[in-house]
Amino acid sequence: MDAIFLQILNGLDKGGAYALIALGLTLVFGTLGVVNFAHGAIFMIGAFCAVTMEKILTLSVKVKDPSVTFFDAYKETPYLELWFGDTGSAIIDWVVPISIVISIPVMLGLGILMERSLIRYFYKRSHAEQILVTFGLAIVLQELVKTFFGANPIPVSAPDIVAGSAAIGSWIGLSDAVVYPWWRLIYLLFSVVIISSVFSFLNFTTWGMVVRAGMADRATVELLGINIERRFTIVFGLAAVVAGLAGVMYTPVLPPDYHQGMDFLVLSFVVVVVGGMGSLRGAVAAGFLLGILQSFSSMTEVKAIIPGIDQIIIYLVAVIILLTRPRGLMGRRGVMEN
Amino acid sequence: MSNTQIATPRQDLIYMVVLSAVVLTMPLWLQPFGAAYPDLMQKFMIFGIFAVGYNILFGLTGYLSFGHAAFLGVGSYTAVWSFKLLSMNVVPAIIFAIVLSGLFAWLIGYVSLRRSGIYFSILTLAFAQMSYNLAYSVLTPITNGETGLQLAQADPRVLDRMAGIEATSGLPSTNLFGLDGTGYTGFYICAVILIISFFIALRIFHSPFGLKLRAIKSNQTRMSYTGYHTRPYLLTAFIISGMYAGLAGSLLAMTDPLAGAERMQWTASGEVVLMTIFGGAGTLIGPLLGAGLIKYLENIFSAFNDTVLHNVLSFLPDWLNNILTAIISPFVGEGWQLLLGIVFMLIVIFLPGGLMEGLGKIRRAIRDRGQKPADGASSDKQHSTEEA
Repeated sequence: MDAIFLQILNGLDKGGAYALIALGLTLVFGTLGVVNFAHGAIFMIGAFCAVTMEKILTLSVKVKDPSVTFFDAYKETPYLELWFGDTGSAIIDWVVPISIVISIPVMLGLGILMERSLIRYFYKRSHAEQILVTFGLAIVLQELVKTFFGANPIPVSAPDIVAGSAAIGSWIGLSDAVVYPWWRLIYLLFSVVIISSVFSFLNFTTWGMVVRAGMADRATVELLGINIERRFTIVFGLAAVVAGLAGVMYTPVLPPDYHQGMDFLVLSFVVVVVGGMGSLRGAVAAGFLLGILQSFSSMTEVKAIIPGIDQIIIYLVAVIILLTRPRGLMGRRGVMEN
Repeated sequence: MSNTQIATPRQDLIYMVVLSAVVLTMPLWLQPFGAAYPDLMQKFMIFGIFAVGYNILFGLTGYLSFGHAAFLGVGSYTAVWSFKLLSMNVVPAIIFAIVLSGLFAWLIGYVSLRRSGIYFSILTLAFAQMSYNLAYSVLTPITNGETGLQLAQADPRVLDRMAGIEATSGLPSTNLFGLDGTGYTGFYICAVILIISFFIALRIFHSPFGLKLRAIKSNQTRMSYTGYHTRPYLLTAFIISGMYAGLAGSLLAMTDPLAGAERMQWTASGEVVLMTIFGGAGTLIGPLLGAGLIKYLENIFSAFNDTVLHNVLSFLPDWLNNILTAIISPFVGEGWQLLLGIVFMLIVIFLPGGLMEGLGKIRRAIRDRGQKPADGASSDKQHSTEEA
């Protein structure tokens, strides 16, 4: 029971990451009709926003170490600590939450820039060409990150206050031994919050409703005198923000490296396809579903019966879904179906 | 539209003779480019075969597969196993690799071709990732997991032992009935195989079968209305291209008897897509050109570091040299893929027909300069947009 509960939690957590990336992919596909292979790279860049933030906050200078009295010793001290003392170290400790704030405008800008300078020229072209050009873009972005940050994963730590694990078992009446890392709980909560805010934004604001109308029938919305293209650009930016935030928040779980984007991209595409292209609810549901399936299949008991199932479960599910129900779990009829 | 015509046998013959001459004299004319060493030329040949095969699927039918690296991997593993179990002779290795990768392609193609468009891409991608992950983990007894499959002294090599060839002190090297599978002889083996496989591709392009594939690309619905069941044709194209990939994989194993799972990763499939697009998908010679150029760029530019760059630019004044070095250095050496990505994007954006389309434009521009400008130029413009 405990193990199963933990696996569900694990799966939801992983599923949260998948769902967030898939949400952006679906949003872009549903509005602009573009198959964006660079979306994983955007997630990766989000993660590297946090890395950059940490680099900036921990800019250091060599200062004489007062604790060593016998000879002159020097130690690296971050400027923030030098100037603000304990407040400074506290700021450094909160690097991930700070990066969230910073990364929103950065990712929004990046997304809008990408859409304006490249993606919009590909609305009318075939999906194969969209895949190819965004694949090229993904290579460029990932290589740029590699040039600036090197090829090794760079860890970014969560605030000390949420280090360690929550005794989640005792909260809900399971054994006390059932614990779960705080940060990953926060990640789960965070993904739920982001997903619901995207949904409420699209469902309960006029702006979002117009966008959804544009998804359904672009021409009519344009005839009403609404500049739907500009809204779609912003939607692209929002998708980038969602992916970027997912990346920022994921850094304490998995130290980012330059090919993280490609790794997540394949997975999130599978999620999108399983959920149904163009269906936001489908993407979220499939994200969580596949996360849970993956974490269950990585249990040793399951692996003992079907070895290697944890490695392929996601793809296997995708293949089965595509073959039996090509429009995915919740896909709209007629979207890319043939 | 010129390439949709059925060429006469005579044209084909000229084509093949020229190509063979160019390929076989490679060690001579690549000298000035600094690429005339066997390892690199073998890579040209091998990836040329891979791209030519890929083009039969993508170039002719427009089905974008993101999983062809899996067939390359299967070919490699099969070949190395053949070296280990049977003989260091490459003939059985190549035959087994082609057969096995063909079977594998049949399996994957049978399932994937039930869908088209992006769904087909995702399906092939999913299958390739599955094979990659399995090769890394559960299939370790067959693939030797992370380490990769290697030759060992103690391998049975049944046929070799029967023929009385005993293992020498070092590891045995691959051969074709006594011809060394590495070095210059290895290059010539690859070159001959490339010419043969190119000839087969040429025949396919100019056959009624090839025409049907093109018809599928241009309008599959109309094709089925005329009474053709398209899937068998697609599946055949898929299997053929898978076999080409397997052949390329086995040749990779011939030049370096080692097979690893990383050859199967989906980014490796991306590479062959890149080569095909770069050269010009759907043209005969394009993929070959693309494969050669990309491998050449990879080899030359990844070897450039700052010092080399300084020396190359040493004819410039010092300050300009420093600035240029600083600008160029992120694009070469470790970061040459950045250059590749940019070139790739530029090609897709501005020249969807690849280098061949670019060459065609230049050729037409030169030809038209001699003739009356107005009418020829406008019709050509129309023509090229149609192709794009």
